[in-house]
Amino acid sequence: MRSSPQQDKPKARGSASTQQPDLKDRGGSYLNHHFETAKVSWQRLMATPLATLMTLMMIAIALSLPGVLYVGLQNVEQLGQRWQGSAQLSVFLADALSEAEGRDLAQQLSDNSQFSQLSYLSKDEALAEFKAYAGFGNALELLKENPLPAVILITPSTDYLLSDDLSNLTQQLLSLDGVDDVRVDMDWVQRLQAMVTLGQRTVLLLGLLLALGVVLVVGNTIRLEIQNRRDEIIVVKLVGGTDSFVRRPFLYTGFWYGIGAGLVAWLLVQLSLWYLGTVVDRLIQLYHSEFQLQGLGLGATLLLMLIAVTLGSGGAWLAVLRHLRAIEPR
Amino acid sequence: MIRFDNVSMRYPGGHEALSRVSFSLERGEMAFLTGHSGAGKSTLLKLIMLMERASQGQVFVGDQNLNRMAVDQIPFLRRKIGVVFQNHQLLFDRSVFDNIALPLQISGYEKSSIGRRVRAALDKVGLLNKEKLNPILLSTGEQQRIGLARAIVNKPQVLLADEPTGNLDPQLSAEVMGLFHQFNQVGVTVLVASHDLDLISRMPHRCLTLQQGRLADA
Repeated sequence: MRSSPQQDKPKARGSASTQQPDLKDRGGSYLNHHFETAKVSWQRLMATPLATLMTLMMIAIALSLPGVLYVGLQNVEQLGQRWQGSAQLSVFLADALSEAEGRDLAQQLSDNSQFSQLSYLSKDEALAEFKAYAGFGNALELLKENPLPAVILITPSTDYLLSDDLSNLTQQLLSLDGVDDVRVDMDWVQRLQAMVTLGQRTVLLLGLLLALGVVLVVGNTIRLEIQNRRDEIIVVKLVGGTDSFVRRPFLYTGFWYGIGAGLVAWLLVQLSLWYLGTVVDRLIQLYHSEFQLQGLGLGATLLLMLIAVTLGSGGAWLAVLRHLRAIEPR
Repeated sequence: MIRFDNVSMRYPGGHEALSRVSFSLERGEMAFLTGHSGAGKSTLLKLIMLMERASQGQVFVGDQNLNRMAVDQIPFLRRKIGVVFQNHQLLFDRSVFDNIALPLQISGYEKSSIGRRVRAALDKVGLLNKEKLNPILLSTGEQQRIGLARAIVNKPQVLLADEPTGNLDPQLSAEVMGLFHQFNQVGVTVLVASHDLDLISRMPHRCLTLQQGRLADA
């Protein structure tokens, strides 16, 4: 099979000068090379589906945990906002105020644009309502006089629902003559908000730790890949491959891990919500609420994918930075 | 094309692989580099490839002083130099074609142009019909010729070889040496390290002899 060298008939064309491809060819070829590298990296991952899947799952689980918590918090926060809308101020009037004076005061206040709804409840009306709702009817019969004060019930207009506005409003009302006390039924909403803030911090912290974990998982996977392809790296460097040429396939591998893990994480979050959804629905029904569980919106989905891709590529970058330099032809 | 100016190379352990070596190889010249194992042949080739840097003296390839070359310029130097190794350094996870195409992909050639050049290189080493095979299926001599095809596919100005016939029987050795001679005929500067004195003496080229790191007078 071996043909002997035909020295008398040199077939080599042209001179010995190195021919470089012209710039235009290179531009197209550069993009082409990126495309090819991405494709080959993808094919390499698909050649070992089980190993790839395990790495993907590891990253996806680490991403989906903060994802589910984040969605949970979003929902709680939304619930809090919804209830904040139903805040009501109870303005208790002094006993010294007559019913006519009380109605006058209510009339004055009703011109205020800060209030969307206002109603006056006289001492007698308050007693009647209390009897009807609290079931203390018999006990109240025993009292000689009506212990309940007259009250003006105020629903603030939606522009004045922040806790600062509400406390200002409370101060204003307290300064009025004939007003004994003002109560805002908001304390627990504020507590809920504080808890949501705490929850957000916790999710952030957990997210950062798990992100670090993802970077390490990808980094380690890429490190093994670099070791497996040591011979290839050496040959590429020997025939004039630049560092970025050597780096590129590994960065694409990290990129694919990121994309894949992002998609799987999204799926895991949606499945978890679907699973929890039935339980939440029952709970909501018990509260006679029209609340609906919100999933990952478009924005959050894109953010999840962005984070996944960044962590995947970042982990690969770190591994490449650390381990490729050590491989030089000797 | 290649010029060594009083070059010494001392490895970190203190072993002096080359001492005060000076020679020059004209553009289009071919020469052999001989000497016992450990005489410094590989080190000298590595200095030309910038796989090592000289501890003393100056190494020039073309007009470029390699001592002053930045690390990020090394790949572009290596694209001008084709190298053939004794252990041929082929990749067994891809076909013969893809092995030879590697330097072209690195230099950024178009796909169509790559196909043409790879086949031309395979034709020159007489293995045109093997392009789809995995190199592991080929004989040692054929693998060596594939390594040679990869070294010349980018039309380098300089062709280096480190014991290219080390594992081959006399007939195959003669064939491979003949190929080097043939590339030299079309203008490539060729430097072949070999201790196959018998074969070298039969070829009409200059011979540089290294003895314990020093260049002996011819």
